[in-house]
Amino acid sequence: MAFKNYILVCGGAGCEANRGVDLYKTLQKELQEQGVENEAQVVKTGCFGFCEKGPIVKMLPDETFYVSVKPEDAKEIVAEHVVKGRPVARLLYDKTQSRTNAKLEDIDFYQKQVRIVLRNCGVIDPDSIDEYIARDGYDALAKVLTEMTQDQVIEELKKSGLRGRGGAGFLTWKKWMFTKQVASNEKYVICNADEGDPGAYMDRSTIEGDPHSILEAMTIAGRTVGASQGVIYIRAEYPLAIIRLENAIKQAKDYGLLGENILGTGFNFNIEIRLGAGAFVCGEETALIASTEGRRGMPIPRPPFPAVRGLWQKPTVINNVETYANIPMIVLRGGDWFAKIGTETSKGTKVFALTGKINNSGLIEVPMGTTLREIIYDIGGGIRGGKAFKAVQTGGPSGGVITSEYLDTPIDYEHLQKLGSIMGSGGMIVMDEDDCMVDVARFYQEFCVDESCGKCAPCRIGTRTIYNLLTGICQGRGTMDDLQKINEIGRAMQKAALCGLGQTAPNPVLSTMKYYEKEYLAHIKEKKCPSGKCRDLVTYYILPNKCIGCTVCARRCPVGAITGERQKIHTINQETCIKCGECLKACKFSAVFRR
Amino acid sequence: MAKLTLEELKKLREEKRKELNNRRTEGKDVQVIVGMGTCGIAAGAKDTFDAFLKEIDQSGLTNVTIRQTGCMGLCHSEPTVEVIVPDMPSVVYGNVNPDVAQRIVRKHIVGKIMINDHIFDKPAADIIK
Repeated sequence: MAFKNYILVCGGAGCEANRGVDLYKTLQKELQEQGVENEAQVVKTGCFGFCEKGPIVKMLPDETFYVSVKPEDAKEIVAEHVVKGRPVARLLYDKTQSRTNAKLEDIDFYQKQVRIVLRNCGVIDPDSIDEYIARDGYDALAKVLTEMTQDQVIEELKKSGLRGRGGAGFLTWKKWMFTKQVASNEKYVICNADEGDPGAYMDRSTIEGDPHSILEAMTIAGRTVGASQGVIYIRAEYPLAIIRLENAIKQAKDYGLLGENILGTGFNFNIEIRLGAGAFVCGEETALIASTEGRRGMPIPRPPFPAVRGLWQKPTVINNVETYANIPMIVLRGGDWFAKIGTETSKGTKVFALTGKINNSGLIEVPMGTTLREIIYDIGGGIRGGKAFKAVQTGGPSGGVITSEYLDTPIDYEHLQKLGSIMGSGGMIVMDEDDCMVDVARFYQEFCVDESCGKCAPCRIGTRTIYNLLTGICQGRGTMDDLQKINEIGRAMQKAALCGLGQTAPNPVLSTMKYYEKEYLAHIKEKKCPSGKCRDLVTYYILPNKCIGCTVCARRCPVGAITGERQKIHTINQETCIKCGECLKACKFSAVFRR
Repeated sequence: MAKLTLEELKKLREEKRKELNNRRTEGKDVQVIVGMGTCGIAAGAKDTFDAFLKEIDQSGLTNVTIRQTGCMGLCHSEPTVEVIVPDMPSVVYGNVNPDVAQRIVRKHIVGKIMINDHIFDKPAADIIK
């Protein structure tokens, strides 16, 4: 016999520390005392987010969400909710506190996420076209083919305010309109699935979870701009996504939703998959087109834009995966519906791959205008190990950092740009007090050195020079002149590099120099790395007055750099030491010291 | 499958929607849905999937369907599994290794008791009606 109610008590670390265990036990006791132990089961769960408002209790099946619940509240929850079936109003989560403006009539709940792009991910079987169809799949295409003119589709996109999710945020309706306006007997639709930012996997997950949404949106684009051929450019590193796309294309063709005479309307559209070798520069649209044509992936100056002269010199509309995934919903619900979500200039939602020093890493989709604080604490469950938040890196190698001062800044295209970062494709890497900002800048610069295609000098030489200077700073050879040089080279690259990769490659270093100048100065003037990341700048010592000679550190040291007899003071041989920090972690007596 | 016309597409949608919403196919009223994106598979979702198959087979249960889906977004707790049992609210379990899979079958599906420490919140309300 199943229970009538289930009381889910959050068992995440934050809630547990906040008397969550007591709450769990008290709820069980109350169920027995009030004689309703067969009516409800108390279940301890994993972290629910909202850790600042813990302990959290969620009632099922009615989905009531209680916050800041104390053991003393258990009696009332059982008496009111379980026995009488009415919620305890004073414990309910106050939705009006939410800073996001996702006030849609049909979306009213405590969660911070709104899933439009990811509507089917984790819900349907990605290998089943039937399940996609069951959830309104291909309904938007049917509407476009039978009820809408090309201009009406563009008009809906215009109303929606949808901007490209690949990074720069260009208005999608304009791209489509420009492509439509050019007269040509041949046009193309391209999907950019060359996701290359370190730590970003939004597009991969979207395709793996819902491949048909991309096919449907591309077909809609084809009909709107007058193209009959689509190309999905995807990196070969995404084998599962490719298999699912191939399967989806075959299923759609079998059903007549792709290919000749779609839905009997006389419209023809085909999609082929082109595999990329995983070069970062091929995410840039002109380089992507070159690579699709079989040439080396190198950018060319724009204009002409692809809308005028793209694939095979023909007008081409090119959008990123996430942009396409929004389109069927905009067509079905209307541009006005979409425009209600988000901020004044940035409409809809954004998918982020939330990674780094965060408890609940994962793929999230939030309305534009959500603050970093909501993302990190309400969704992400806070910083791992209870450490202090330091910064978030957005936009990958083209972006910058956002510091703790700006935790309450709404995230949209304009605000991020003002802070010296960019929206980018959606990588969001959380850093804590242990991360060194100079080292982070060096990491991204190294990525850009590897990925620069070498065509233009500002990027080819600039990234390498900045990387060398940063390496010097990390190794204690930096001078104040270096900072000046980095600044000059960076500014020059922003103006003179040929494509987005080179123009934005200095962003991580310039952004960290702006917000963490002190850290750079510590590396240069004091030859110290405040967070202890830069190995050349730290030394590990054993404090003689604290060491009791337990031998733990000596046994843990991977290179045998620590010597000392049992119950005698140990010492570290600085020549052998590789500065891995294992001894610091191992010592239970705070005898190991880093400086 | 023959090519669909507009009418046939609508008919197919209605049919499949009923199937998906009721989640009942051919007398099978219990659904186990395993997240099989790259993230889930990397965390061992294939072993979890096999463990469900084996345990259900051994328990002699004939009313359970095991299906796959994409990534639900809870990468910190992969593999994730949604379990839908009649008269019980559907829940998402995280960190489901073969051992937990076995407990889900025995306790949740057979015993109708939820399992501690593995339930996670669904990330967002469904916008498709």
